[in-house]
Amino acid sequence: MQETANNLEAKRSIGWMGLSRGHKARPLEWLIEKGIFLVAISAILVVFLIFLFVLREAWPIFSGKANSAAARKVIPADQIDKLTPAQLQAYLELTPDEFNKKDKETLKLLMEVKEEAGKEAVPDKDEALNTTEWKYILKPYAWTGYSKPEYIWQPISNIKKYNIIPLIIGSLKTTLVALLFSVPLSIAAAIYVSQLANPKVKEWVKPAIEMLSGIPSVVMGVFALLVLATFLQTIFHYNSRLNALVAGVALGLAIVPVIFSIAEDALTSVPRSYVQAALAVGSSKWQAAWQVVLPAALPGVFAAVILGFGRAIGETMIVLLASGNASIMSASIFDSTRSITSTIAAELAEAVFGGHHYGMLFMIGTLLFGVTFVSNLMGEYIMYRLKSRLEGKQK
Amino acid sequence: MSHSNQQFKRKTFDFSSWFFTVLTGAATYLIVSILAVILLNVLISGLPRFSWRFLTGGTERDMFSVANAGVWPMIVGTSIRVFVMTLMVVPVGVITAIYLTEYASSISFLTRVIRGAVNNLAGVPSIVFGLFGLGFFISYVGKGLDHVFYAGGESHWGKPAVIWAALTLAVMTLPVVIVATEESLRSIQPGLREASLALGATKLQTIFKIVVPQAMPGILTGAILAIGRAAGEVAPILFTGVAYYMADLPHSLNDLFMDLGFHTFILASQSPNIEQTKPILYSTVLTLLLLTFGLNFIAVLVRGRMRAARRSVH
Repeated sequence: MQETANNLEAKRSIGWMGLSRGHKARPLEWLIEKGIFLVAISAILVVFLIFLFVLREAWPIFSGKANSAAARKVIPADQIDKLTPAQLQAYLELTPDEFNKKDKETLKLLMEVKEEAGKEAVPDKDEALNTTEWKYILKPYAWTGYSKPEYIWQPISNIKKYNIIPLIIGSLKTTLVALLFSVPLSIAAAIYVSQLANPKVKEWVKPAIEMLSGIPSVVMGVFALLVLATFLQTIFHYNSRLNALVAGVALGLAIVPVIFSIAEDALTSVPRSYVQAALAVGSSKWQAAWQVVLPAALPGVFAAVILGFGRAIGETMIVLLASGNASIMSASIFDSTRSITSTIAAELAEAVFGGHHYGMLFMIGTLLFGVTFVSNLMGEYIMYRLKSRLEGKQK
Repeated sequence: MSHSNQQFKRKTFDFSSWFFTVLTGAATYLIVSILAVILLNVLISGLPRFSWRFLTGGTERDMFSVANAGVWPMIVGTSIRVFVMTLMVVPVGVITAIYLTEYASSISFLTRVIRGAVNNLAGVPSIVFGLFGLGFFISYVGKGLDHVFYAGGESHWGKPAVIWAALTLAVMTLPVVIVATEESLRSIQPGLREASLALGATKLQTIFKIVVPQAMPGILTGAILAIGRAAGEVAPILFTGVAYYMADLPHSLNDLFMDLGFHTFILASQSPNIEQTKPILYSTVLTLLLLTFGLNFIAVLVRGRMRAARRSVH
């Protein structure tokens, strides 16, 4: 019965979709309809533009054009006439705007300042290195003052170190804690709300859990910073008050509504007849939920976890406030960490516009976008396949 | 159907069923009680300093002085950016939703790509939107405008400003408006469309005179949800227009602005004495929560009334 009613409805709406009566007689309407179409494809355009323009700013890093070493070679101030304006601008680390505003005297003065600074600086064996090369970004290196090769992200120092491995580990560590905390909790809640609770409970619990997503992430961050950090420290007695655990738990709270609503949606879309059949052969409600409904909806639960992962790894303000922000290479969740997102948020304002640090931050932004793009796509695809299967649509 | 379940109740006591039902129930109520703890914590700690003076007063250059705390400039800044955003996102979102429900065939490849793009847009991290706003709106569009209109002069548009923050947020909240509008357009009976066509109206007339007015509450819900989401976001505006401190309120679209969420972040992360500034931090959080939660609450009410009204019609 349900099936045929749905089919009828679909046929009816397809008839409406194909409706083109009156178009020839009304050119204005035809034009407006084309306009509607153009606005509609703007969503595709926007996703494309995001990728394009974040990548555009990061391009010097990807293509290897950026060079952080050239900036530290000292040129005597009296050689100012030998440099082309472009070289001079790169040497003084100025943006084109700033460069054009300054007269020659100021530029010469800046060169002298740089020369003085160069004399005072202790010679460093790493000065000539271009630290924006991929081998320094991805592999450990024995920097001056370090006895063995290490992974270091330290863009504000004499030798700018851009190794992104500590940031990736920081992001993964907080995300892992978040998932370990929120996945069991929200999937249990989804099973309870969709299968076991009585409808009256469901009516107010579901909106209440979804209300969690209405809490701005900066507020969640403040809560983690002031309340959760103290609470967890009294339980686990660790040293650094802000760490991957605090950030991870707060992050987990933020993604609970995401995982919950998708998992609940998947569990609810399992046809009611499955449960009724299980109950009819004598299983309890819990057995029906655990052995019949959950296996049928498993891809959806998996999709919920993937989408939760994408959300957690991209979250900024919570991690910025609650993780302690020290880029330490450590596997312990009780150490302070620095994630990709909080690095971008904290450092972009100080980076020279168009410089290598700026490009580097856009580069990690591109990586982040890539990771969330793939995880979203996977999650959506799994959900789409599951729903088509459960609703009996072929393909 | 639901009453038949009760007749299938087992007579023998099954311990594992009982145990797991209690366990999953406990997980559910744990989540709800954490929400309650967060809200109560903010309410209790925020109320003592929350006053009319706090809401309508400005702040001094020293933002951490407890005696002179006020959030009026931040409320104004947040309202302006959200208002400009609404003007941009609602028309685009509604038109896209109209295309998806009224024109696009649900099985065509293009429709699936548009839907995929919308869903993906909803999952892009907010900090990436911030990078996009900086890379596209400011250094491409803004700098381009400067180049065309003020060649070589001071930069008027190629710098962080309220308009770029609003546009960035508009891109971010586009999926919220599209999804809510689509839902309400789909819930309108096909019979209404057919009746209008039968009376000789064209398809476009039917959409704009019959379908869209019927879907108005849904569109409104979408707009309110988008506002509630955008009002609390900080990451996308970090590089696209927010100011640490401004003596004046913003006067034009290319001014900087102060913001409630960003102010919360400053109070939480850069205070010289966190214990002393805690009360004003909590009051600022309370203001922000009242704004975002208030808007979400209104959206839920509007949606509820809309559903009730529809039930009484059919």
